[in-house]
Amino acid sequence: MDDADKERQRRQRTRSKAIGWLLFALVVLFFLVTMVRLGGNVVDRPL
Amino acid sequence: MTDVTSSVIAARITATGGDVADYVALMKPRVMFLVVFTALVGLVAAPGTMHPVLAIAALICIAAGSGAAGALNMWYDADIDAKMARTAARPVPRGNVTPQEALTFGSVLGAFSVLCMGLMVNWLAAALLAGTIGFYVFVYTMWLKRWTPQNIVIGGAAGAVPPMIGWAAATGSVSFASFVLFLIIFVWTPPHFWALAILRTGDYARANVPMMPVVKGADETRRQILIYSIVLAPLGVVPAFIDLGGVLYAATSVILGVLFVYFAWQCYRERTGEKADRAAKQLFAYSVLYLFLLFAALLVEHGFGIGESLPALFWTA
Repeated sequence: MDDADKERQRRQRTRSKAIGWLLFALVVLFFLVTMVRLGGNVVDRPL
Repeated sequence: MTDVTSSVIAARITATGGDVADYVALMKPRVMFLVVFTALVGLVAAPGTMHPVLAIAALICIAAGSGAAGALNMWYDADIDAKMARTAARPVPRGNVTPQEALTFGSVLGAFSVLCMGLMVNWLAAALLAGTIGFYVFVYTMWLKRWTPQNIVIGGAAGAVPPMIGWAAATGSVSFASFVLFLIIFVWTPPHFWALAILRTGDYARANVPMMPVVKGADETRRQILIYSIVLAPLGVVPAFIDLGGVLYAATSVILGVLFVYFAWQCYRERTGEKADRAAKQLFAYSVLYLFLLFAALLVEHGFGIGESLPALFWTA
């Protein structure tokens, strides 16, 4: 494996990690926004 | 490593896409900071309250929208950027990110930011965000920038909308007060950009960009900078008279406005040599500080609830 391959792999790994963290942050954000939007209505349902 | 080997490696790296830092640079982080900051002020200054989670979601969407506009601008302007010293090291002209990657990144990010704003906050804020990105990319970048010396005057509207987006996110509507915040940034933009353009006239001329100093000359640009600054100074005080800013804001805006005119006058007076360059540099640096402090005063007043308005003071006196 030459220098270019190593650098390519390093960049790819860094990009993948960044996308992973971004997706995780979005999941958390969507969850929190859903909770806020639903508010107390989440318990207001026919039993 | 020989030059030939390094260029071969560079070409192979380029073919595999840029580093994370290149994608961050594509989003113009410094512009993004000012955009998010002014949007935050619009959001906080708006009447009523907004849930902090929704406010953070709105600001993230605005940041992403600003980043998308920056990336699309760098995609379209790669040819110009390569010819200018200030922008030659940007990811696309440097070859770290291909134009196709920048276009895809910007388009996906822009669409995603607008969609998220609509779904999580409200559709008026989403429409304003979409309009701002569209105006910056299609009207300013693709049309005005290469066509008229009024490019940054009209195009500046895109950079002036964020406080209105913040206001719309908080209230679901826009108002005269949010329009005043828009106007302040709109009138601030020409002296801010032209001070930089005076320093980079050679760059813009080489890239065939018809900036004001290239087309009308530095002296005419200095005259127009002074005119815009004289309009901006009193305009900056207006929020204090429409129940948007309080006493702290009034005092801050008056002092900042007077200093803005002073620096613009210095720039107008000093026309040759090192002194002229220094005056333009000082005006450019001060213009950033002006906008930051002006909006920070509003943020402090509304954030801490200490903004007693001038009309209220006079009314009770």
